[in-house]
Amino acid sequence: MTATIDLAAHRPGDSELRLRDEVRQFLDDQRAAGAFRPRSDAWMSAADPAFSRRLGARGWLGMTLPTRYGGHDRSPLERFAVVEELLAAGAPVAAHWIADRQMAPSVLRNGTEEQRRRYLPGIARGECFFAIGMSEPDAGSDLAAVRTRAREADGGWEITGTKLWTTGAHFAHAIVLLARTDGAPGDRHNGLSQFVVDLPHPAVHVRPITTIDGEHHFNEVVLDHAVVPAGALLGERGAGWRQVVAELAHERSGPERFLSTAPLLETWSSELRLTDPVAAREVGRLTARAWTLRQLSLAVAAALAAGRSPEVAAALVKDLGSRFEGDVVETVRRLAGIEPRPGADGLAGLLADAIPHTPAFTLRGGTNEILRSVVARGLGVR
Amino acid sequence: MNDELHEEIRAAVGAILKGRSARGGFDAALWKDLSDTGFHLLGVPEEVGGSGGGLRDLAVVVDLVAFHASAAPVAESAFLAGWLLAQAGVAVPGGLVVASLDEVEAHRRGGSLRLSGRAAVPWARHADHIVVLARDGDEVSVAVVPVGELEKAENLAGEPRDIAVFDDVEALTAAPVGVDVDDLRLRGALARSVQLAGAARAVLKSARQYVAEREQFGRPLARFQAVQQHLAALAAEVTAMRISADAALLAVEAHHRPEFAVAAAKATTSAGAHVVATIGHQLHGALGYSAEHHLGAATTRLWSWREEFGNEAHWQDRLAAAVVAEGSWWSTVAGGAR
Repeated sequence: MTATIDLAAHRPGDSELRLRDEVRQFLDDQRAAGAFRPRSDAWMSAADPAFSRRLGARGWLGMTLPTRYGGHDRSPLERFAVVEELLAAGAPVAAHWIADRQMAPSVLRNGTEEQRRRYLPGIARGECFFAIGMSEPDAGSDLAAVRTRAREADGGWEITGTKLWTTGAHFAHAIVLLARTDGAPGDRHNGLSQFVVDLPHPAVHVRPITTIDGEHHFNEVVLDHAVVPAGALLGERGAGWRQVVAELAHERSGPERFLSTAPLLETWSSELRLTDPVAAREVGRLTARAWTLRQLSLAVAAALAAGRSPEVAAALVKDLGSRFEGDVVETVRRLAGIEPRPGADGLAGLLADAIPHTPAFTLRGGTNEILRSVVARGLGVR
Repeated sequence: MNDELHEEIRAAVGAILKGRSARGGFDAALWKDLSDTGFHLLGVPEEVGGSGGGLRDLAVVVDLVAFHASAAPVAESAFLAGWLLAQAGVAVPGGLVVASLDEVEAHRRGGSLRLSGRAAVPWARHADHIVVLARDGDEVSVAVVPVGELEKAENLAGEPRDIAVFDDVEALTAAPVGVDVDDLRLRGALARSVQLAGAARAVLKSARQYVAEREQFGRPLARFQAVQQHLAALAAEVTAMRISADAALLAVEAHHRPEFAVAAAKATTSAGAHVVATIGHQLHGALGYSAEHHLGAATTRLWSWREEFGNEAHWQDRLAAAVVAEGSWWSTVAGGAR
């Protein structure tokens, strides 16, 4: 760890630029056909399985997976270009988001051959969606405090516990759980394991959690002595914590950590003329910030593609990026002077989507305070 | 794109600069050391008498001089004056040569080009020659003139920010050139972005050391969560400044929307200067506020450089104009066809 976070700026290649144009054309066509209306935070809240299948048919899901598992052998930076365009357009990508971002690389890396064949082709087609069961009633930022317990039973496992804030569990085909297989809660990071549990399951109860905007994206997932086969264990028994941490750089540094509110900014700035110098300057300020954030996010993606694990840099991207997302909402709201109206067209509706989501930006995927303590540790002062 | 070469430059120049920070003035002995090794003209083509190498090789030197807060005008000399000379194919004159930041009126008389007007010329008082963009009607030339009459002034860091007064001064050499003063100022904004990122890194390095060593209430400051949170926010801003300067250098080198990238980088680094100086001083407490402490050499430069070649508001307005011209915020930010 040097005095600064070790990142190098990335210069996009021709294939990335070409892909970007293809995706833009596709999205223009989809919008024109009425297939979707741009939404802020669409990767969290706009699930459209049919849209996901269309992306799968274009080869834009599971892009980095090997072709033998239904993937497309593309580079992480090509995937980055596609994902960025989808987010900036506010396209409905929530159905496949977790499966494509996190579970595809995780199952590829940690899964058995059987698990890979079972899940990866469906992820790449946009037909297999995932939820991730991490947080619990007493394990939020302190994830190592999970109490969900998995015990060996009848050649398989019996899992009992409660997961909270599980995005998309009400439509997911499978859930990945972090559960304790060995030791006691006091053992912290040791003795945790990951499991893939197919849904629906008779002993797994999914109940909605309604958020302050009245919407249902999160769930409480109760596992009541749920029996799963031995093949549900993902990766190594007891190595769950290490496996989860390895996913974090992917989860924290992607463009969804600064582009959640891009559709709002796009709509507002498209109505902008230079007649309002205050608004123009603010657009310029947010433009510079967004440009810099994507250079950072790209640099992390390039480091990941080169086989490094820039955990600290990823935490830093999410800290800066998620604060930017809120900054966009506040700036547009203040200068537009339009009252938010749920369900309305244009800015009033986009603001109504975005404003109640702002607390989530700096909470999900690790609170910003936790992220900063990760950075401080990376700087060697903690 | 040669990282190994950059590491070699970094090590060699770092060894020369180490411990040679200054509050204003001009470090003549340091300049001699840089000149003897040719690092003072890195990135300037050998055909005009430079040391050769590319833009990013030169940026390594500019960054390090800023990081060490050394009193050496590499930005004004190689990055600006050397670039202007190379654009016109004029040989680099001897001694310290710096660039005029303003265009000056010129006219031909008896085969020579004569300059009249006032121009901002940082470091002029220590220089031997000034490189000036001279306009005679529609024709713009790069002219080399000796240093003459000056009005002296300094920035907050004590760096010379002189005004040169040309009263029918004869150019020693001159040649027509295809760049104008806007190109020069864009180049200057790129240099200052690199320098701001370098000075910001120095603040982070110092803060990190200080909070690890300084004890209060019986423990190092670094043990306090409030201090850790500040330090992480500082590191984030410093990293953002660094990556924006790096990305702008790549864009200029690749001729890939260079104006947009430099505008975004200068807006980012100028705005970041405030965050970095504020957190940096807060973490150093009263000790960092003393003139004897090295922190001020970095923060006074941050406060100066953020204004030079356009502050963040100037470049934000340019970026907004680019968004309006493009018709889409996102394709302005990300590039590509629409």
